[in-house]
Amino acid sequence: MTAPATRETLPQTRSLPLPGFIDGTLLTLLAGAVILWFAPVGMGRYGTYVLSLWLVTSIAVMGLNLTLGYAGLKSLAQAAFMGLGAYLTAILTTKYGVSWYVCFALSGLLTFAVGLVLGFPALRVKAHYLAFVTLAFSTLIWLIMRNEQWLTGGVFGISNINRPDFFGIKLFNALEFHRFVVVITFILAVVLWWMIRSPWGRAFTALRENPIRAASLGVDTRLYTLLAFAIGSAYAGFAGALYAPLVEFIDPSPFSLSQSFFLLLMVVAGGSGYLLGPFIGALLGVVLPEWLRFAGSLYLIIFAAIVMLLLIACPQGMSGLMERAYAKLTGKGAGR
Amino acid sequence: MTQVLEVTNLHKAFGGIKAVNGVSFSVNEGEILGIIGPNGCGKSTLFNCILGQLEPTEGSVKLDGKEVTNKRPSELNRLGVSRTFQLLQVFPELTVRENLILAGQEHEGTMLSRFFGPRDAGLSAKADQMIAFFKLGHLVDAKAGGLSYGQQKLLDAAMAFMAGPRLVLLDEPAGGVNLTMLGDLKERLRAINAEQGATFVVIEHNMDFVMSLCSRVIVLAEGKVLAQGTPAEVRANPAVIDAYLGH
Repeated sequence: MTAPATRETLPQTRSLPLPGFIDGTLLTLLAGAVILWFAPVGMGRYGTYVLSLWLVTSIAVMGLNLTLGYAGLKSLAQAAFMGLGAYLTAILTTKYGVSWYVCFALSGLLTFAVGLVLGFPALRVKAHYLAFVTLAFSTLIWLIMRNEQWLTGGVFGISNINRPDFFGIKLFNALEFHRFVVVITFILAVVLWWMIRSPWGRAFTALRENPIRAASLGVDTRLYTLLAFAIGSAYAGFAGALYAPLVEFIDPSPFSLSQSFFLLLMVVAGGSGYLLGPFIGALLGVVLPEWLRFAGSLYLIIFAAIVMLLLIACPQGMSGLMERAYAKLTGKGAGR
Repeated sequence: MTQVLEVTNLHKAFGGIKAVNGVSFSVNEGEILGIIGPNGCGKSTLFNCILGQLEPTEGSVKLDGKEVTNKRPSELNRLGVSRTFQLLQVFPELTVRENLILAGQEHEGTMLSRFFGPRDAGLSAKADQMIAFFKLGHLVDAKAGGLSYGQQKLLDAAMAFMAGPRLVLLDEPAGGVNLTMLGDLKERLRAINAEQGATFVVIEHNMDFVMSLCSRVIVLAEGKVLAQGTPAEVRANPAVIDAYLGH
């Protein structure tokens, strides 16, 4: 059935004169990648490490942003998924000499599969009930990482995790590895950008806003719920696979429940449901504490106060704040 | 005449309360059937049971002669059944055009083609046509959450038609809509029915709307069918006057 033909001309969305698939977000990602490629020059080893850590954390936050920000599913297990990816990479590369690239793919696959299974409760329980299911999973994974010493090294962790080669180029140097992280982050961000722009992204948003109406319009809410959970988890797995060679040593502490809460905070503070929100959120969560180190032992208190003030002033996070400012300046709404 | 929908002995109980109690009726192709009755008589529960939102306690629902009882709402939609809800159900963060594209996109291609294919699933032109048909052209890029109640109601109805359904169940489409928009809505429903032969089942309290739009009316009371017939027959039925219409 179609509506009868009409001659009425509808206003079309105005955009920059660019090829159809390019938009401001993609250009921002590209510009960000170029800047970050050169940013660490002269910054020193630690500064470069912090930048890389920011990007790796951004990948995990991107995944959680898909699960929570777009699909509206509350997960408290993102750090546990990151841990799965990191431990899988660490164990396979150090004990069995498996290529990092294989481990990276396997980390994504494993966390996708586990996310798929963990997504099933999301079909029956919603909101805080779902959060508790993921909380239990997070605790379970953390206990395995801490107690199964034969596999994970327990609290002593796994050390001497090698960084990968890139077509014969050794990435042992902090700057070279950082650039490798920039490329991987850019690719994963573009994949997510494409997904969110596609009908899948619209279906994820519908899932968050009104799953009953979405189902009545033919959206397979079960499938999209599972996909949102699994893809979001896979991003954490990819982040974990990059985290292990970045730090070159892993133990259970960065993958605890409190870290999952911290990743959740980054989603919210950066702007839940905004594509660039994870980068801003991870900047607040990873880089801001570094900038506040001048305050000595007070830095965490100052950090907490800044985050609280931000969320009181703008519950939509930094991206929401920027969108509001843009709308005020131009007199129109900014796109997500 | 071909039967599109056949409901047989449908029951739905919530604990000891029988919200729907043995309702049977059928809807012919191209028909506009009205369902009326006092608040709490089970109209919306009946819709929810037919559309898989609630699991009936007993009874069957057939679509084109095929059993569809307990099928999921998304499956029924892909079989050509669409609906609106009593309360507004648009997606406030999406624009008017995006709401309509969403309403049709799951009927286009496969999951993979929807990922790799165009952003609008090739539905922008169709969405714009529907927007113009429902007189929402000036609001095409406005977020649905910012629309007035009546405009959202029109958008809600337009979304139900986006995928070209054979059967549309409308739950109180006239509720809260002003007289001008109500006229627009009725005119558009009639046009779609006449030009494309779409079949409608309409729950409504606005008697003028129901009686002027529907060719047949079913009256529900306490979860049961109290009467059915043409609008004139129903209006004159003493039992319906006592239970619902009043003297």
